[in-house]
Amino acid sequence: MLNVEPNIVSPDEFYEELIELHRGLSDEQSALVNAKLILLLANHIGDMDVLRAAMAAAREGQDASSTSTAASS
Amino acid sequence: MLALKTYRHPVYPYVKPAELGGAQHHWPVIVAGAGPVGLVAAIDLAHRGIDVLVLDEDDTVSVGSRAICWSKRTLEILDRLGCGERLVQKGVGWNVGRVFLRDEPVYQFDLLPEDGHRRPAFINLQQYYVEQFLVERASELPDAELRWRHKVVGVTAQSDRVVVRVATQDGEYTLHCDWLIAADGSRSAIRTMLGLESEGQVFRDRFLIVDIHMRSDFPAERRFWFDPPFHRNQSALLHRQADNVWRVDFQLGWDADPEEEKKPERILPRLKAMLGDETQFDIEWASVYTFQCRRMPSFRHGRALFVGDAAHLVSPFGARGANGGIQDVDNLVWKLELVLKQLAPPTLLDSYDTERTLAADENILNSTRSTDFITPKSKTSRAFRDAVLMLAKRHPFARRLVNSGRLSVPATLSGSALNTVDSASFASRVQPGTPAVDAPVAGTGGAWLLDYLGEGFTLLIFAAQLPDSILQELEALAKQSIPCRTVVVGAPGAGSRGGVTRIADSSGSLAERYDGRPGTLYLFRPDQHVCARWRALDLLAVRTAIARAAGQHLH
Repeated sequence: MLNVEPNIVSPDEFYEELIELHRGLSDEQSALVNAKLILLLANHIGDMDVLRAAMAAAREGQDASSTSTAASS
Repeated sequence: MLALKTYRHPVYPYVKPAELGGAQHHWPVIVAGAGPVGLVAAIDLAHRGIDVLVLDEDDTVSVGSRAICWSKRTLEILDRLGCGERLVQKGVGWNVGRVFLRDEPVYQFDLLPEDGHRRPAFINLQQYYVEQFLVERASELPDAELRWRHKVVGVTAQSDRVVVRVATQDGEYTLHCDWLIAADGSRSAIRTMLGLESEGQVFRDRFLIVDIHMRSDFPAERRFWFDPPFHRNQSALLHRQADNVWRVDFQLGWDADPEEEKKPERILPRLKAMLGDETQFDIEWASVYTFQCRRMPSFRHGRALFVGDAAHLVSPFGARGANGGIQDVDNLVWKLELVLKQLAPPTLLDSYDTERTLAADENILNSTRSTDFITPKSKTSRAFRDAVLMLAKRHPFARRLVNSGRLSVPATLSGSALNTVDSASFASRVQPGTPAVDAPVAGTGGAWLLDYLGEGFTLLIFAAQLPDSILQELEALAKQSIPCRTVVVGAPGAGSRGGVTRIADSSGSLAERYDGRPGTLYLFRPDQHVCARWRALDLLAVRTAIARAAGQHLH
C-alpha cells in the first residue's frame, strides 16, 4: 500500500533540502540527480506494488504529448 | 568479401534435380533455408529417420560471422544430434560477462556459477563454421538431402499437402510435401508468398560490427562498455571467436551513414583508439546494422511451420536469435515425427505455436529491455540509464539494473497444456516445462545425465531397488506405440536392458538438482523438457502423462 498520508515529520525542512539539493546544477545535472534519487528510494522501498502505485499516482493527470521514437512497422 | 584471412568458404555444388527429368517424389518434410536453424531441423528429422529435403538459394555458408554466441542449451541440443562436440572443440567457451562504465568495471556476471555441467554457458564461434559443421553432419545422414541454388519461388498450402515451386538454373519444377518448415530468415519469402506478416518495432540506432584478426591475451569473456574513453557517448562490445578472430561492436547512433561507416578508413581509427596504436590486427569483415524486435502472430499456418528469424526477430544483445531458433526446431521436430507416424493428432503442432510464441515473447521482452537500456529513447530515459551506471560504481543494488543484454536462457514452458500438473511438492528448480538440468553421472552410455535423455520420452527414476515385476512393466513401456525408455538412478549394476538403463549419481548433484529422494520420478519429453514428475511410481499416471504430452487430449 502506498502511504499518501503525511509521513514526513518536518515537511518544510524536507522540501527546502530537496530544492537545496539542486542548487547550482544545470537542468541536465538536476535531471540526473533526480533520477538517482528515484532509483535510491525505489530500491529502499523494494515492494513492487508500492512502486507501481507511486508511479501511477505520479503519472495521474499527465497525458502523453508525443509519440515514441521507435518506429512501428 | 568472401576472402577471409582465417576461413575459406566451401562451395556446395548445384546438382540438376531429377524432377526436371520428370521424376516424382513426395517428401514428408521440406525445409526452406539452410541457415543454422533450417540445418538443425533437417538433422533432427533425418536423425529420426524422416526423409527431409533442404532447399537453399545460395551455395555456401554465411558470408559474415553473424551469430557468434551459442548457448549451453544449443550445445546440448546439438549433442543430442551428434555434432555438439565439434562446435565446442572449435569454439571459445566463456561464462563471465564484464560491464564497464568509461574505463571502470561496474558489474560482472557469471552465467554458469556451478560445476558439474558438460557444457559452458556459451561458446563463441563464427556462424560460417557452425553452418559448415551442420552441413557436414547432415551429409552423414542418409535421410537428409540438401539442394544448393534451388530457390523457392512459389508456395501453395493445401489441406492435405504443400506444393512448392522451385527455380534452378535449369528451369523450374514442382515439389509436394506433407509439411513445409520455413527457415528462410528475417525477410522470409515464404511468409510473403503466404501473405503473412511479422509485427513489431524497429529501433532507431545503428551498430557497426567488425571482425578483426589479432593475437591478444584478453581473456575469453564478454566485455561491454558504456561511454568508453575510446568511443565516447556510445557503447562497445568485445567477444573472442575462434582462430584469433575478435568481434567488436560499436554503437553509432541513428544519424550514422551506414555506407560511410563500413569503409576501412572510418573503421581503422575507431579500432586504433580502442586497441592502441601498437596492436597489430587485420579487418576480416564489417557490417552496419539496425535491429528490430518482431514476430509473426502465429508460427503455424496449416501445413507451413515457421521457425527462427522467419518467425521472430530480436536485437542481438542477449544472443537470443539463433539460439531461440534452434530451440524452435528442438520443440517442433519430435512433434512432427509423432504426427507423421500418426501417433499424435496434427493439433499437437499447435502446441509448437503456443510454446514457442511464448518463448519468442520472452526473448523479445528481454531483448527490448536491453535495447531500451543501451539505446535510451528519450532524454529522461537516458538520465535514468546514466544514473544507474553512476550508482552502480558504489551501490550493489544498481548493478542489478545494468542491462547490457540478458543472455539467452531456454524458455520454461510452465503453462503448457502438454504438462501434467504436480501432485506433490518438490524443492527443485527443474519443474514441468523446464529443460533438463545436466549433472555428472556414471554409466555405460556417457558421463552426463543429458546423454541418457531425449530422442523419445524418458522416465528418470530415483530408486535404490526395483522389483522384477516393475522392471517388466517398464520394459513394456519402452515397447508401446509411443515408446518411453527408463533411466534408473541408484540401483546397483550398470548397463541397459529392454529399454531400462541404470546409472549412478556419481557426485550426488543429480539428486540435489532434482530433489531426487528415493521414489522420485521425472518424465522428459523427446526435447528433454520435463512434462511430469511424481514422488511414487504409478504406471497408469506415466502412460497418461505421455499421452498428454503427445497431445492426445487436443483432438
